[in-house]
Parts: sequence; C-alpha cells; structure tokens
Amino acid sequence: MLILKTLTRAPMHGYGIALSIRRLSDDVLTVEEGSLYPALQRLLLQGWVKAEWKMTETNRRARYYTLTAAGKKQLGLELSEFDQMIAAITRVLQNA
Amino acid sequence: MNRLMRLFRKFRLTGRPDRFNRELEEEMAFHREEAEKSFVAEGLSSREARYAAARRFGNDARLRDESHSIAGLALESVLQDFRFAVRQLRKNPGFAATAILILTLGIGASVGIFSFVDAALIKPLPFQDASRLIVLFESNSLGPRFHLSYKDYIDWKSENTVFSSLEIYAPWGFLLQTPTGTQKADGSRVSAGFFRTLGVAPVLGRDFRPNDDQPGQPRTAILSYAAWQRRFGGRADAIGQTVVLDGQPNTIIGVMPRDFHFAPAEPADFWTNERADGECEKMRACHSAFGLARLKPGVTFNAAYADMRTVVAQLERQYPDSNRGRGVFMLSAIDLIVGDVRPILLVLLAGAGLLLLIATVNVSSLLLVRSESRRREFAVRGAVGASRGRLTLLFITEGVVLAASAGILGTALAFLATHSVMGFIPKDMLASKPWLNELGPNVRVLLFAVVVSLLSAALFSLMPALRISIADLHADLSSGGRSFAGTVWRRFGSNLVVIELTMAVVLLVSAGLLGKSFYRLLHTDTGLIPDHLATLQVAAEGPEYKKDPARIALERQIDARLASLPGVRSVALTSDLPLGDGDGTKVLSVVGQPHYDGLREVIHRDVSASYFRTLQAQLIRGRLFTEDDDASKALVGVINQRLAQQFFPNQDPIGQQVSDDGDGNQHVRIVGVVNDIQEGQLDAAPRGALYVPFNQSPTSDFAVLLRTAQDEDSLLPTVAAAIHSVDPGLAVYQPMTMSQRVHDSPSASLHRSSAWIVGGFAVLALLLSVVGLYGVVAYSVSQRTREIGVRMALGAQRSSVYRLILREAGRLAAIGIVAGLLCSLAATTLLRSLLFRVQTWDVATLVAVALILGSSALLASYLPARRAASVNPTEALHAE
Repeated sequence: MLILKTLTRAPMHGYGIALSIRRLSDDVLTVEEGSLYPALQRLLLQGWVKAEWKMTETNRRARYYTLTAAGKKQLGLELSEFDQMIAAITRVLQNA
Repeated sequence: MNRLMRLFRKFRLTGRPDRFNRELEEEMAFHREEAEKSFVAEGLSSREARYAAARRFGNDARLRDESHSIAGLALESVLQDFRFAVRQLRKNPGFAATAILILTLGIGASVGIFSFVDAALIKPLPFQDASRLIVLFESNSLGPRFHLSYKDYIDWKSENTVFSSLEIYAPWGFLLQTPTGTQKADGSRVSAGFFRTLGVAPVLGRDFRPNDDQPGQPRTAILSYAAWQRRFGGRADAIGQTVVLDGQPNTIIGVMPRDFHFAPAEPADFWTNERADGECEKMRACHSAFGLARLKPGVTFNAAYADMRTVVAQLERQYPDSNRGRGVFMLSAIDLIVGDVRPILLVLLAGAGLLLLIATVNVSSLLLVRSESRRREFAVRGAVGASRGRLTLLFITEGVVLAASAGILGTALAFLATHSVMGFIPKDMLASKPWLNELGPNVRVLLFAVVVSLLSAALFSLMPALRISIADLHADLSSGGRSFAGTVWRRFGSNLVVIELTMAVVLLVSAGLLGKSFYRLLHTDTGLIPDHLATLQVAAEGPEYKKDPARIALERQIDARLASLPGVRSVALTSDLPLGDGDGTKVLSVVGQPHYDGLREVIHRDVSASYFRTLQAQLIRGRLFTEDDDASKALVGVINQRLAQQFFPNQDPIGQQVSDDGDGNQHVRIVGVVNDIQEGQLDAAPRGALYVPFNQSPTSDFAVLLRTAQDEDSLLPTVAAAIHSVDPGLAVYQPMTMSQRVHDSPSASLHRSSAWIVGGFAVLALLLSVVGLYGVVAYSVSQRTREIGVRMALGAQRSSVYRLILREAGRLAAIGIVAGLLCSLAATTLLRSLLFRVQTWDVATLVAVALILGSSALLASYLPARRAASVNPTEALHAE
C-alpha cells in the first residue's frame, strides 16, 4: 500500500521509493530496504505497477516503476479498508 | 482470467531468466550505490558507507531468492535441487544403493501383491452387474455344495419368485473326435439362458436361443475364445462347422469374448446344452448340475435364500423318495470365485504394507545419519542465506529422487516377480482361477505404485527435514550440536530395530521350516522311482469296449505297440496312477474272520502284470502278477506292507483269502506283498492297498505308465500317437512325466508357494533389520564422535572403541534374536499343518537362523564401529 501510494505522485525507481517512504515517515518506517524488491516483484505480478528502464538525473540507468490503472484501483480499495480499520481502532481506543 | 493473466506475466518475467537476474541485480546494486553515496554525503568514509548501506539493505542473497520464488515458477529452483540431489546421491553411491535397494524391495513387494489383489478383488468379473449373480447348490447330509438334479432345476426355476432368471451349468469332459483320433476336451453343459444370465454375448456368431436346449432341436455348441484360436485358427468360418462331442454332432454357433471366463466351469473349450432328454436328466435322483441365477432388482440375498428354502421344502414334501434331506445352498458368484483367496491376499497385502513402512523408516534413519554429518553444511547454508523452507525442499527433493528411482525399479521387480510366480502355479490351478491371467501392468497397479512411492517419499523426506528444523542452526554452527531430538530418535530407532530383528527371526524360521519341509516332501519315499517314468490317461468309451475280453485285448495291443517303441523299457497299465488324490477305495474283509475292527477302506487298483516292475517297486514276499493271472484262474491279489500289518499282524499274509466286493462272495487269494507305494498326495499318510491283475478285472478307463531309457518328456507325443494308431476312437489325455506329477501335485505346489512367499518376506525382513541396525548404530556413532574423541584422547585403545560400539549393537541384536526365537516357537505352531516331517522346534533351523542374523548384525555394526575407531581424537575435539 505504501509503495503504491508513493508511486501516485510520479514514477520512481526502487531507491527513490525507499527514500521517500523513509523521509515521509520521518525515519519511523525503516525496514530492510532490500525487502522492497520482492514486494515490487509481487506488485509487478499482480499488474498493479509496470516497470521500465530510464535514465536518472545523474545519467544512470535505473528501473522506474509506474502505477497502473489496476494499481490505482487497488490503492483506493486498500486505503478505504485501512481507513475503516484505523477508525475502528481509534473508536476502541477512545471508548475503552 | 485473472489467474491466466498472472501466469502470463510470470512467463514474461521469468521467460528469460538471465535477463530477470541481470535486471534484479542491477537494480539492487543501483540501490546500494545510491545509499552508499548518501552515507558518504553524510560524512562517513566510503568503507563505512558501504557497510551501512549493506546493513540497511539486508541479506541480498535471501532477498534475491525471495524475488525469484515470487516471480518464478519455482521450477528453476526445483531443477537445481534435483540436480543437487542426484549429485549428492552419486557422491555417496553406497548410501544411495542401499537406500534404493531397500525401497525397491519394499515397493516391489507391495506392488506385486497389490497386482494380485487387483486381479482377484478389484478388477470386476467379466459379467454384467456381477454382484447380483448367485450360484446355487443342493445340500445333503454330507455337505452343502452338491449338484442338483435337472428335474429339481425345472421346479426351482418355475416356483421361485426372486430370480429374474435361473440356469444351470455342468462342467463336463467331452470326448472330441479329431482327425488324429478322439481327444478329451474340457467344457461345460449349460441351459440355454446361461450366457444371458451372466450378461455376456458371444463376440462372434450368436448365443443359444431360448429353446435350443429342448429335445428335438439341433445340437449347438459355443466356443471359448482360446479354443477358437487354438482349434480353428481364429477363422470366422468356424461358425457353422460341426464338431462331434461324445459321439453327437454339434453345430458351432458362436465364440465367446477373449476376456470371458466363468471360473467354476473353467477350463472350458466347448459350451453345449444340458438337454432334458438325457439319461440322467430324466431322473430326479440323478444330480448333475449347479445353478446360476440373477437376483431380481430390489431382492436381497437373504430374501432370495428364504424364498428358495420354501421352494425346496415344498419339493421335499412332494418327492420324499428322491428329495428327502436335500436342501438348497446359495453363494454370491463373487464369493464362489474369489472368496477363498480374499483373506490370504489381504493378509499378504497388509504384511507387505508393514514391510514397506519399516523400509521407509529405515531409509529415513539412513538419511538422518547423513543429515547428521551434513549439519554443518546446512548450518553454513542457513547462515549464507538459505531459507529454512529452501533447506527442507532440498531434503524433499532428495527423498523424491530416491523414492522415484526405487518406485520404478520396484514396479519392474514386481512385474518380473509376478510373472515368475505365474510359472509356479500348476496349469490345473490356473484354470480354476482364470482371473490370474489378468495379472500384469495396468493403470490401477501403476497408480498404486506411484501413490506408494510418493507416500514413502513424503515420510522419509519429512523426517530429516523435521530434524533440521528442530535443531537450532546457529547452535549447530558453533558446536557439534547434540540435542534432545537426537536422543529421542536413538531410542525410537533402537526399539524399531529390535522389532525388525524379531520379525526377521520369525519369518526366517518359518521360511526355513517350510523350505526344509518342501525338500523333505520332494525327497520323500514314494515307493517308486519317478525318473524316466511317463504317464498318460486313456479312455475307451466306445460300445465295443463294454466287454472284458475286448478290454483285455486292447490292453495287450497297447502294451505290445508301446513296448516296441524305441527307448521304452517297460509298459504298465493301472486303473489309477500313484500320487493322485488317493481315491478309488473298497471295503475289504478277511475270509474266515467275521469282523475287522479297524479301518476297512483300502485303496483298490487294477494293474497289469508289469506294473510293479515298471514302477521299480520292491517285492517283500511271495510273487508278483504274471500274464497268466487271468479270468480262467482263481482270483489273486498283491497287497502292500501297510495292509499286511493292518489286517495280518504277526501272520503270514501269503495264501490268505480276502473279499473286496462288499458281500463276501468274491474271494481273492493274496500271493505277494510289496512295499508301500504312495497312492495319495505326497504328504498323505500311507494307506493299505490291494492290487488285482488287470486281466481279472479290466477297466476301459485307465492310465498307461512307461519306463523309458531316454528323456521321458520328449517321448510322450510319440506314445500318444502310438495309442491312437491302435484305435483312433480312444481318448488320450493328460500326458505327463512322473516328475511333473510330483512337482505339480497340489501338495507340492502348496508347500512350494508357501515356502517361496514366506522366504521372500523373510529375506526382505532380514535386509531391513540389518539396514535398520546399521542406521541406528551409525547414527549413534555420529552423535558420539566427540565422546569417542575424548575417550581416545584420554588413552582408550581402538579395540575398546570397537567394543563400545559392537556391544551396543550386540545388545540390540541379542534382544532381537532371543525375542524372535521365542516368538517363532509360538508362531510356527500355526504353521504345523503345513509342515511335513519337520518339527516346529527344528533345532538346526533355529540355530542356522540365529547364526545368519548374528553374523549379519555383526557386519552391519562393524562398518560404523570401524568409523568410530578411526576417529581422530584431535579432529573430534578440534571440531568443538
């Protein structure tokens, strides 16, 4: 979900995704960065992202991942589910 | 649709694996480099930056693997594992050979026995809806399974309300006229609706029409497929031809399908009709046939039985003279055909399954020993990033490779074995169990083989894998790694080995006893010398042989013709051959002695003058018959020793008069005593026998015996032709040598097959127990390497290490052998009825078995003991 969300703004390469997740979460979410790649493979397989090789600003070859239409739909689905869950948790925490 | 798309993407991703790898690699490297750069920018040295980047990135080997398994079809890694497994097995051929051999034997035994089970119990009988078929008998005071009379059949058929049809069959030996003379031909006489009741139609021509069996209708015959091929070359013009059976012309109207058989009436070449106008069929008291019926839909066996009982009770009241005491007995056709073998086969299958289970556990224990020595390897693999699942997969692949090779070899072995078992089964027995011909590879048997192999693979690949995951890989890396699980396994393994050894002892003792008794049986004194002795049956059924002089003339002619054949030393005739069923008895009384208390039934044989000389039987007292002992002289007889002891203890039997006609009018003077000739089966107790001269009591149905100078088997066709040249109307059948008669006799077959089956199981059990012992001892050695190292470092001699290991093995072996010997004393009492002149506690067998097992156990434990003794103490301690 995080990867998909990150990709909504612009196509990005793996390092960029890792970087932006870390930065946006203020260094809270810093899992093994490598585990991004198996996850990306899974998303490719689901058809939620597609990949193409491009040049970076520093003129190096990197694989850029782009969100597909199916990916957008999936993200919407997951976000609404997540919202519902958070809302539920919040309710429980406030009322208990 | 979605799945398809995914599969398609998968193929696109992994379709070119090197590109997939290269791209993933490049992507990851790019990531690390970028991270490194950012660390450098934060002020770290390049070296520190690389470490920090790598640390943050994680275990890249594992991640790569994970990406693979997500994207890939897992096929690649399986192939890799497969190649690895094969390489591992080839690196250790001794282990691989042992494991595959054991599994091959285990799977082979199971598949082999399953193929018998399949042929007998699973493959449906070649009838339509066979479970609704019933076989009917008439019961009388002697027992339940007797013939019913034709008139009773007609009444049963019309009075019952439970069968949709009721027919009869009567197995029959036809006399068939052929261009080369009369032959005996097997077949059956059936009522016209017989095949319709079975639900089988001829493959060629037509079935009997409903009124074909009525008097006055032209006689018709149906051929079995085998007879059509053999006697008519499989030509379609066989239909419409005429065969002369029992002197009556029959038109061939049909041929039964190739896979058709009706076991109770097999072997059968010809099927003709039982007709109401026959001699026997006119009499209600003449019982000639068995019933076959099909239950009406919805009628149960028990309801049908009850209905038939009332029908039969009614007939008993109506015809008390002929039907008093005669009831009805019913069996389902399936029970009649395979009922007697079902329990034996199921027991054998269970036994084979048990052996396979033990074989599998043994192979697991071997794998475990190896996994023990490979723990470091696995610990290292784990440390460099192999996931636990991947390690387990490695074990499973190895197990599957083993099981697959063993499965293929075992199935081949099973088919070879069943093929050779078929060779042991005498022709007569094969004919009465036609389903045995269905033996062989088929889908069900192959499926069974695959399932059994997979199950064993599952079992023994899971065990070491379990073991690996119980053990902590980190602990393994840092130490020699002894764990609780190891001790548990050692205990379980030891108990298993003791059970295996016990089982092996019991089976070996049984096999030894059966083998010994089979040997004794074949070498028992039959009172005759079986080598170079040929036998044939002759039936002179023609009307010209009703009178005694014609029969005597025929005997003289046959005798003269055969004696002139080259290679024939002497020729003899007898009413019944020795080593038969021991039938043909008469009640004997001694003239002048009013009553004899003992068994008065004695075997009675009409033999020609040269009979005893041809058999090379020993004359004890008096004289043998001569050609002059004919109807013009007083009746004479020769008795055997047994009869002499029975009727004339402490007397000279020569000159005594006996009577064999029941009313005591016909007196026979005893002129000689010969040794006991075994008239019954090989293992039958000797019985009294009275021989009378053929010339004084000629028969038209007799056996010919020839003592030959050359190979007796090759002479048989010439002999048959020579007898036919005397009179083409004679039926000549069952050409056989006396040795074949000994070897194929039911008692010899029973002993042989039981000795082979138990022997096979025993060898299997021996192998298993030895390998099991090896596995347990080797495992224990591998666990105790450190202890042994310490002992040796403290000054223990190699010999004392040997003793240490051998003592452990010896203890297991001794417990197993002693327990086995005790159990076998109990178990073999069950075999007593199968043993011939062998005691159940035959000391030689018991000692031999103990020695065999003891030495095998020694061998099995010597190998690991040697490994233990060659432990280098420095290395063992260094490895800490």
